[in-house]
Amino acid sequence: MSVIRGYVDLPSRNRELGLIALALVITTAGFAAVQIARAQEFSSAPLIAALLFAFAYLVAHAVVRAALPDADPYVLPITAVLTALGLIEIYRISPQLARDQGIWMLLGLALFVGVVIAFREIRRLEELKYTCGAVAVGLLLLTIVLGTSVNGARLWIRVGGLQIQPGEFAKILLVVFLAGYLRERREVLAAPTRRVLGVGIPALRHTLPLLLLCGISLVLLVAMNDLGTSLLFFAIALAMIYVATGRLLYVGAGLGVFAIGALGAVQLTSHVQSRIDGWLNPWAVEQTSGYQIAQSIYTIADGGVLGAGFGRGLILNSAGGTIIPFAQTDFIFSVIANELGLVGAIALVLLYLLLAWRGFRIATAADDGFSKLLAAGLATAVAFQVFVIVGGVIRLLPLTGLTLPFVSYGGSSVTANFAIAGLLLCVSQRANRVRPL
Amino acid sequence: MNRRISNLFVVMTVALLALIAMTTYWQVWARGSLEARQANVRLVYRDLAIDRGSIATSDGVVLAQSKAGTLDGRTIYTREYPEGGLAAQLVGYSSLLAGRSGLERTLDPELTGSTGDLSGMQNAFDRMKGDTVRGDDVILRLSAAGQQEAMDQLEGLQARGSVVVLDPSTGGILVMASTPTYNPNTGLEQALSNPASPLLNRATQGLYPPGSTFKVVTAASALDNEAVTVDQEFPGPDCIEADGQELCNFRGRAYGPHDFGYALVHSINTTFAQVGMTLGQQKLEATMKAFGFFRRFPWDYPPEQSLPSGIFNRQGNLVPFDTPVDVARLAIGQERLLATPLQMAEVATAVANGGQIIEPQPVQEVRAPDGSVVRRPQPVYLGRAMTTETAATLRELMKQVVDDGTGSAANVEGLDVAGKTGTAETGRNGKNDAWFIGFAPAEAPRYAFAVLVENTDGTGGDVAAPIAASVLRALTGPSS
Repeated sequence: MSVIRGYVDLPSRNRELGLIALALVITTAGFAAVQIARAQEFSSAPLIAALLFAFAYLVAHAVVRAALPDADPYVLPITAVLTALGLIEIYRISPQLARDQGIWMLLGLALFVGVVIAFREIRRLEELKYTCGAVAVGLLLLTIVLGTSVNGARLWIRVGGLQIQPGEFAKILLVVFLAGYLRERREVLAAPTRRVLGVGIPALRHTLPLLLLCGISLVLLVAMNDLGTSLLFFAIALAMIYVATGRLLYVGAGLGVFAIGALGAVQLTSHVQSRIDGWLNPWAVEQTSGYQIAQSIYTIADGGVLGAGFGRGLILNSAGGTIIPFAQTDFIFSVIANELGLVGAIALVLLYLLLAWRGFRIATAADDGFSKLLAAGLATAVAFQVFVIVGGVIRLLPLTGLTLPFVSYGGSSVTANFAIAGLLLCVSQRANRVRPL
Repeated sequence: MNRRISNLFVVMTVALLALIAMTTYWQVWARGSLEARQANVRLVYRDLAIDRGSIATSDGVVLAQSKAGTLDGRTIYTREYPEGGLAAQLVGYSSLLAGRSGLERTLDPELTGSTGDLSGMQNAFDRMKGDTVRGDDVILRLSAAGQQEAMDQLEGLQARGSVVVLDPSTGGILVMASTPTYNPNTGLEQALSNPASPLLNRATQGLYPPGSTFKVVTAASALDNEAVTVDQEFPGPDCIEADGQELCNFRGRAYGPHDFGYALVHSINTTFAQVGMTLGQQKLEATMKAFGFFRRFPWDYPPEQSLPSGIFNRQGNLVPFDTPVDVARLAIGQERLLATPLQMAEVATAVANGGQIIEPQPVQEVRAPDGSVVRRPQPVYLGRAMTTETAATLRELMKQVVDDGTGSAANVEGLDVAGKTGTAETGRNGKNDAWFIGFAPAEAPRYAFAVLVENTDGTGGDVAAPIAASVLRALTGPSS
């Protein structure tokens, strides 16, 4: 009897269930809207997709209800709305791609369930910090050695018929490593033993792993030919060092090193150089290197305040491809801004802000250093990735090839982001658990 | 540590709000200026949403129409030209690659239903709602039968040239052929770079020395200004001296004493040179101006595709009115005088019309999608080029040209044809630009025409006059 009440009478979980129900209503309405707008092309597939989506989320919810009864109730529903939005827009671009994305979403939720069960006691993860760090570096080196180049950037490795983007997983492992390492060394890093030119410097043996990390990020920048990923890794590392030590000096020094490295990369590689040119003046190179960004901006502007409506924008060209190359991955934000307008674009950014807020909220509520650093690092990873990729497609920043978390087409991205959601829930369970008196 | 986590959250919040600010800028502030950018491919797709009206001939042959297809779940329309190169230069093209030309350009507001009137406003509203806009259909004055015959004749000679036939009572363009032609469905890209310039509408953009056909203008001016009378006697030597140089008859022939009328029928250069000197440059140029020379005809066609005729300097520029020239040679159609076939068809039209110049009119009527007539252009008279009496005199003489003069090859059974030949030496290996202008039936003209064949061995009477006869037969034939 008490088991049943313990499973049913959970305020957080009931709230989560209500919000998931709301997300399912949005999902169904979205699929229906695309279906109505494009009735001549599509079949009953979206109904099946919506049902499968609902089923998968209800299973995930049931597992959370059993394993993490006191965890944050907002994270999972937010991922539901984001995933649904991505699925609907990808379905609108190509039903075939949407089928793949649906499968990855299911795999992602399976990984989420696995993480929730494996790390419901989150401190277990802290013991794996060096393993995580080693695996992260290994994955990145593997990418550089075995990687295939797509659109100028070397981000993928091919396993069987699948293309995997190890960077997405390395990002999480890196956060775990940093959380564990920084919790252990934060006192010595924050209170330096020596002074050089009036500036406190910690002992080399404490800083070496961090310097190594910075070095690897810069190597990545050149070897993978990708500004976005290395910028993201760097930002995560600096944010976590700041949270751990409170020393802005490290942040400043890190930014300086990165700026020099980035400038060098611009000089050395034509890929980065052309991205910068396209950013500074896309209209001058509209037909060549600025084509993507120019089309992206035309597409966004075309949406106006209210947008064309789900399935009613002009996204595909006469050959059936997308007018903006890579619309389903890097430029999914532009597609959403076109069809849902400024209103939809703002709602999307606010959803990420909400997700980041829950992440940082979980960090502040946590009662141990590792959990705090882990949650803050993961929240930063998601928020900063959104900033870099959306900033790229709206020409606030140079364009880089990152995915929009939960929304962009791509198996590695979707599954990795579900793992982040799982870890955040695990951290929040520990903080919110009802302690026995 | 919580304090620092809060700070980090503030930084992330600022970053995400910056995204909202920038997106707002594009979707609200910059939207208008981006929409207006020519390189914005979305503009092209927006045009494709319009079901552009069709263009057909007066005898019901469709020259241009819209073909429905789909693009990203919406219906789009692309342009199709069922008759290929039949009237490719006149109709022009509406293409994503090359833009618009010809009537496709000037009639664009009606074809796309975006005129400034009430129905245009209704269409603009429909477009905002995302509904398909159906443009108006255009029916030309053009005769497919006549046009086809003209193209067949010119292509049969493998010649570059042009045939223009106007309806003297309305100005209606019944035939406007230009060779070589191109297929606007498939051959536009090649045509853009073809050295034979198939895109050039030789009827309105081709400038040629008019040769003896210009004697009609000289005669009109001289008779109206009483510089000569029809039965005035002339000596008729083989050559005379004009402006310090010898000026001779065609093939150096001497005619002996004859009257002025005989000189027009037999195209005697020496007589016309003398008349020109008596008349003077000022009066002749005033008459040319009344015929439409020295300016672009004000008709419904892109300005750069309809060139003015007149006297050109060595740099190829039209010289200002009244620049001193050798009037004796001007009077026989030389002296760097260049004219378009359309201009010379207008000369014939003026004679046929009792002296009135009329605006060339491509359109018979414009119909709304529901079949109602939106516009039916009325004839527009552009003034008088000669008196009615002079026109009657020239009509009689031009009839004789066909009956027993240089234009006998233009004879059509059962149809009184009046005309004037022209053979302008190009100065290249004895090649000529061969002309024949005229009208029929002589007493109540329904057709006024100009035929030009570039760079041929034959004369106007040998090469151009038979083409005129064939086209007239096709126009009056049972199919019309």
